[in-house]
Amino acid sequence: MIVVRFFAALREVLGVDTVSLDADGISCVDDVLSSLSARGDEWRDALSAANLLVAINHAHAHADSPVQDGDEVAIFPPVTGG
Amino acid sequence: MPHLIIVAEADFNPADLLEQLHVASPSVGAVASFVGVVRGVADHSIEALYIEHYPGMTEAEISRIVDQATQRWDIETVQVYHRVGRLALGERIVWVAVSAPHRGDSFAACEFIMDYLKTRATFWKKECFQESERWVEQCQSDLDKASDWQP
Repeated sequence: MIVVRFFAALREVLGVDTVSLDADGISCVDDVLSSLSARGDEWRDALSAANLLVAINHAHAHADSPVQDGDEVAIFPPVTGG
Repeated sequence: MPHLIIVAEADFNPADLLEQLHVASPSVGAVASFVGVVRGVADHSIEALYIEHYPGMTEAEISRIVDQATQRWDIETVQVYHRVGRLALGERIVWVAVSAPHRGDSFAACEFIMDYLKTRATFWKKECFQESERWVEQCQSDLDKASDWQP
């Protein structure tokens, strides 16, 4: 399984903070986004925002970064701390 | 002395944190510190900020930022304390302090860490008004400041 976590405005729009995906057919972050986008228009629209960031296992990553079974992927808007 | 990295709802006491840095080695000749506080917004009556984070990643990312600072400047000890949860107008949000042999390194590392905290660490701010709330958008000037540090 691949655990996907959402934060801040994206979490609120989707109405969930975590989903689990079957790892079959998933080899990179883009595959995770495609799998989630297939859940419906709301998901596709929310995940198509150009400025979303991703992390794998607590480190910043990119759309083509490899993802494997057991990974924790996070998707979130640009950060605004400090 | 090990670096201090804390993400918590509780407030921090700048005097206590500075005191901890002063226990440092005889090679320390300078301590630079920064405190960020909840500021009002010009056209709205902001009541509070709500700060969300990504437990685990946030601390890991701060640690990576601190590592970069220690590689780049001659510094001894770094303290980063970032609050989360609901913070009222005027409350302290963040503390960064750096001890070093000389002031130039402590000032530079302190500002570098703050600039990178703003653009890399996984925190998100929401402004809470009397009858509404909105997520804060990332500021281009913050991105510019962080990219200015790139060699």
